[in-house]
Parts: sequence; C-alpha cells; structure tokens
Amino acid sequence: MDSALIQKGVKRCSLPNFILGLSPVILLLLWGVYAMFLCWFKGLNQTNMNDYYGFALWIWADLAVIALGGGAFFTGFLKYITGQDEIKNIINYAVVIGFICYSSALLILAIDVGQPLRSWFIFWHANVHSMLTEVAFCLSLYFSVLAIEFLPLVLENRKINDIPFFHNLAHNMHKSMAVFAATGVFLSCFHQGSLGGVSGVLYGRPFGFREGLLIWPWTFFLYTWSAAAYGPCFTILLTKTLEKITKKKLVKDNVIELLAKISGWMIFTYIIAKTIDTIYWAKVTLPKLGFDWMFFYSNNDFYGLWILIFEILFGGFLPAFILMSAKRRKNKNLLLVAIILAVLGISVNRWVMVLQTMAAPVLSFDSWVLYIPSWQEVATTLLPVAYGIILIALAYRYLPVFPQEKELNSIKEEA
Amino acid sequence: MFPFCFEWVWDIGHYLFFGGMWYAIIIISAGLGYCLYNTIKES
Repeated sequence: MDSALIQKGVKRCSLPNFILGLSPVILLLLWGVYAMFLCWFKGLNQTNMNDYYGFALWIWADLAVIALGGGAFFTGFLKYITGQDEIKNIINYAVVIGFICYSSALLILAIDVGQPLRSWFIFWHANVHSMLTEVAFCLSLYFSVLAIEFLPLVLENRKINDIPFFHNLAHNMHKSMAVFAATGVFLSCFHQGSLGGVSGVLYGRPFGFREGLLIWPWTFFLYTWSAAAYGPCFTILLTKTLEKITKKKLVKDNVIELLAKISGWMIFTYIIAKTIDTIYWAKVTLPKLGFDWMFFYSNNDFYGLWILIFEILFGGFLPAFILMSAKRRKNKNLLLVAIILAVLGISVNRWVMVLQTMAAPVLSFDSWVLYIPSWQEVATTLLPVAYGIILIALAYRYLPVFPQEKELNSIKEEA
Repeated sequence: MFPFCFEWVWDIGHYLFFGGMWYAIIIISAGLGYCLYNTIKES
C-alpha cells in the first residue's frame, strides 16, 4: 500500500501489520495527550507538585532525556570535528534520537510552564541572571539545529528525493552539515552545563549546591561531560533494541565498538571527576554549610547510601570498566549490561540532582518530604516515550536511517 | 531580546546572553540561507 515510499532494497512489514504493531503505543500516546490537555485546561493542580516540589517528575524527565539525547551532539562532534568517519553509519539514528529527546523536552516544558502561549516571554523579557534563561535559549536553538540535521534525512525519502529541488537541498545541506554540527556542539555544551548549574547555584539547597569556577559551579562541567559520555550509550541501546525488534543487523560491529570505546573512556574520566566532586562536597562544602554528608542519606524511607553507590559504582565505574576493554565490549551480553547500566546511571544522577535536592530538609523544622507523581504527571511523562517510538518506527520504515542496512542484510539473504 | 524592549540594559549580562543567542541565530540562518541559495541556483 505504501511500498512506493519505502526505500529500494530493504524489507519492511505490511502497512496493516505496522499499524497493528504500533496500536498499543498509539493508545499510550492518546492517554498522554488526554492528561496533557487536563494539565493545560485545569492547571497544575492536576499534579502532585507543591511548595517543596516545584521541580518534580517532569523536570527529571527533561534533564534525563536531554542527557540521553546528548548522543546527537557528541556523535556530530566526533564525525564533523574530530573526523571519525565510521560514525557516519550511526549518526542519522543519533540525530533522530536527539530530535525526539529535545522535542520531548520542549513538550514537557510546554506542559510544565502552565501557560505555553507565553513561552515567547522567555526571549522577549529574558532574565539574564538565570541559568534557566540560558537553557531556554540554547534548548530551542539546538532543537532548530536538530531539525536542520533531521531535514536532509526526510528529504532522502524515495518519493521526496525524486523532486529535483528537494534532492539538491538535501545534498547542499549535507555539504554544510559541519557548520550546523559545530553550532550544535556549542549550544549543547552551554545548555547541558546550565542545567547542571541550576542545582549547583542553589546555596539554600546544600544537597545540590557546589563550589566552582567563576560563576559556574562544578555541576555545570559535570553535566556537559556526562551528557557527552552517556548519550552515545543511549544511542547504542536504541540501536540494539531496534535490531532486536526488526531481527536485522543495522549497524556494523566496528561502528558500535568505536562508539562504545569512546563512551567508555568518557564515562571513566567523568566518573572520576564526579567522585572527586562528591568527596569534596562531603568533606569540604557541606561542613562549611553546617551539615554532615550522611544527613542526606539517612532518616528517610527512600534516599539511602544505595542511591549514591548505584550512581557512581554501578552506573559509572562498572560500565566504564566494561566498555574500555576491547575484549569485554566485544562480548554482546556484557556490552548490553554496560549500556543499560550507563543509561540507568545517568538517569539516577539527574533524579538525585532534581528530586533528592528538593526532598532533603534544609530548615530545623523541616522533615524529609517524599513525592509520588499524579497519574497525569506519569501519563504526560510517558507521552514523549510513545511519541518517540512512533517517530522511530516511521523514520525506520520510510527513511534511509541506516546506510549499512542494505549491505548487511543482503549478505545475510545471499548466504 | 532587542534594545527597544523596555527592560533592555547595556550591561555585561545582556552582552553575553544575547550576544551568544544572536551569534547562534546568525550562523544557523546564514547556513540555511546558503543551502537554499545554492539549491535555487542549481534547480
């Protein structure tokens, strides 16, 4: 039915099967859209946010998808700035993932701000003393960069590419892509950093507060570094997931291994810096503020030392240890364990920096305030997941996302 | 965002924030404009 839109030389399932397969995800999407409209029409009373939790599940989801989407800017950096040519075989998919992550982040923010029609106030009436203003600028501009990076892929659809104007436009955009990629790296470094800076400058919240360099707390640099380190793991994880679903090999092992190796070394250097930062915070920053570090990991039902150990040891050192060794990362099961742990590790990091920061008591009459999101918050947080699955499915079906797919699968068919 | 907005002040904060923003906008627009110009020329 839609075979004219599908690339030549690749196999795709029939359109009814495709729609049937996506139907549970479409239902999830509709549930999220319903909750989104509830939040917009009835207001933020639909959430369980309160005076303690001004930042809650949505902001964690925002920070997590932005970190996980970091694979787009970092693969762009590797391909166009450091000249790692092999990355060209996975960069399209990294861009699609980045586009989904950043559009999801903007969607979540559009729900969270409560008055999305006034989003332009961020630009027009900018507060130039706010880290979040910088985040808003860089996030929206980087999203436009990702849209520009995604556009040539859309234009390479079999039917669209038949039109000379679109064919030439895709070709010219590919030729200029290094400029867009470099701009994306510049923007990403700043908004990833400023997201970290938000918790780092909260001197009234000692769990998140950090000292730093000039106006930038150490979390500024740690967030940028961690997004570059962990983002490629998410790209690899989604590649492996798509390969499992489609029962096809889509990217050659040497490309995955190169990305895994770079990611492993980046995670290793990051987690050493994170460990030093944590020790300095525990032994120098907190005593100066009148706190003992164990105060933040005791006397509550959820936030124990386990979360710190999981983040640093299991979400940092362990995946780095696996990915840095050629022998270990060639083992498919170990590779999978490492990338899953890495994705969980960075998500836990963003969770503690948003929610544990809010939960910890800072005044003598305060106690730990734990938070359970409302179903509307859960539904709107799952909405981007459903949207992402649908967009990946559409991109995989109609666009040449994986340049090696034909070669890898025709070899299999001939054999 | 613009010097004619009533909150605008000529200070370091505005130079840095809006300097960075306009720098990125100009590069993105110029890059996109260059691609469109070449495409129209070739088509």
